[in-house]
Amino acid sequence: MTMPEPKPQAKTLITSAGMLLGVRRVSVLMPGIVVFAVAFGAAASAKGLSLFETVLMSAIVYAGVAQLVAMELWRPEWTWGAIAGLAVVTATVNARMVLQGASLQPWFAPYPKWLNALHLFFFTDANWLIGTRYHSEGGRDLGVLVGAGLALWLVWIAATIPGHVLGALISDPRAYGIDLVMPIFFAAMIVPLWRGRRALLPWAVAGAVALVTAKLVDGYAFIIVGSLSGALVGAFSDDAA
Amino acid sequence: MTLPDPGAWGAIIAIGAMALATYLCRISGVAMMGFIPLTPRVRRGLAALPGSIVVATVVPLIERLGMAAGLALLAAVGSMVLRRSELLALIVGMTVVSVARAFGL
Repeated sequence: MTMPEPKPQAKTLITSAGMLLGVRRVSVLMPGIVVFAVAFGAAASAKGLSLFETVLMSAIVYAGVAQLVAMELWRPEWTWGAIAGLAVVTATVNARMVLQGASLQPWFAPYPKWLNALHLFFFTDANWLIGTRYHSEGGRDLGVLVGAGLALWLVWIAATIPGHVLGALISDPRAYGIDLVMPIFFAAMIVPLWRGRRALLPWAVAGAVALVTAKLVDGYAFIIVGSLSGALVGAFSDDAA
Repeated sequence: MTLPDPGAWGAIIAIGAMALATYLCRISGVAMMGFIPLTPRVRRGLAALPGSIVVATVVPLIERLGMAAGLALLAAVGSMVLRRSELLALIVGMTVVSVARAFGL
């Protein structure tokens, strides 16, 4: 043991009160999520996915941006190569989840592995935003993440259905600003995450590197490259919070 | 080795492949950090990570989605500074982007 752990606190807290709090926290994000799910359902029906396939994708992939990107690549006939290509694109779009998970790992570590493997199935951007804020306020009840994840999952699946059925009515989701739902939630998170001027340098580096990467490389690599740069600056600047 | 063609099951297998890729992304960051010792340096890096993810996600999107999007995100941040409400920030942001796009920005 090189580092004495701070006293073992109430280690693996997961309560129904926490789950309710999670549902409450996620409820303010619901209108945006519903609109997003309806847009996905509409895009899927336009691409010829059956209702079953559309709902199945929402239920087991459960990642809005990746699902919308997949609709760009969707085809009537599949080869193994095309399926592998789709899996790779999905992984690059979702690679931000690797970093999001890593940032919350100190919170998850004391919980049993099977429980983490289970609740991480429901881990999303919205979940990460809620969990990060809750954890930074000192909260440690994993129920918050579980409640938020489950509620969001059910609403996401349910809202996909009218989108698919009404399909043609929503031809251009961009006209309603749907492409901005997640960016707005992310931008709004800047305020509660603000830790004073000490955090400014990593953030500035993250933003600048991401901007340059987005110019040079197509796709979503900019999130990973930018975030890692910011984290590295944070790690090596001695007074970063 | 030759696999039989995906055929009629192609779409279902494609969805399964997406699900698997996504789940691996969900668990791999947590699993990886289980092997990395939490030194003070790693701890500081992790502390800087959430803000970095948010900024690295948002800044290039402003550039990609255009002027209207930039105004909407600024308005959303402003609304959060005044009132800590994500719902209000969303309403403000969506209103600004609709108006700005209606004016052709």
